Amino acid sequence: MNNQRRSFLRKSMAGSLVAVSVASGLLTPSHVLAAWPKAAFDSTSVKDAMMGLLGTESFEETNQIKLRTPDIAENGSVVPVTVKTKITGVESISIFALENARPLAISADMSAKARPVLATRIKLGKTSKVVAVVRANGKLFGATKTIKVTLGGCGG
Amino acid sequence: MAKKKLKVRASGKKGYAVVKAILFHPMETGLRKSKETGEVIPAHYIQEVTVKHEDAEVIKVNMGIAVSKNPYLSVEIDGAAKGDKITIAWLDNLGESASTEVSVS
Repeated sequence: MNNQRRSFLRKSMAGSLVAVSVASGLLTPSHVLAAWPKAAFDSTSVKDAMMGLLGTESFEETNQIKLRTPDIAENGSVVPVTVKTKITGVESISIFALENARPLAISADMSAKARPVLATRIKLGKTSKVVAVVRANGKLFGATKTIKVTLGGCGG
Repeated sequence: MAKKKLKVRASGKKGYAVVKAILFHPMETGLRKSKETGEVIPAHYIQEVTVKHEDAEVIKVNMGIAVSKNPYLSVEIDGAAKGDKITIAWLDNLGESASTEVSVS
């Protein structure tokens, strides 16, 4: 049997498979690093974003989460948001801006060593409710706040 | 040397450390149009930021396009003491990345 010919055939087949998957967009870099929840970040509705990221869209409204934001943001492209909670066993903190074209802004997975605090700055297209969702011990808790934007931050 | 891509400061408190970072990045949404040409500016934004304490991953942040330009991030790590190593790294949608290391002061 001609072994070289065999391995040559096998290799060329593998090669063409890779080429096909690249062409069909299966192997673009963002897909290889699949840890980033693409579907959730790409979804345009709040429901899909929450379903994609957390698996459900219902959460328990609680006053145990402190969502600190300005009431009125003059510039929607830089809105400081701080989420802080007393809940223990926090697994993740996510921030959704309900009126944005892509509602999911940021989501942080926390290990046991991380304190349940997250501060960042987000963009708001227009006056919007902002929801902070905290996952702790498998349960979801949320806090909502409305931020008034006088100048939008997502394009002109 | 290339332009600085992130600035990190970790300050030690009692029993924990506060890590503050500014990641220098345009954070293009892919939804904006150029004023001159009217063409859509392609998306270019940070997707993942990892915060490590002494080489152990503590926090992984996933970002979307709604995070502001030059993202600011502040987190707190329990048990991080003075002199401990904190590493922050980011990765964007075009595969660019950067990381830096600081010690808790």
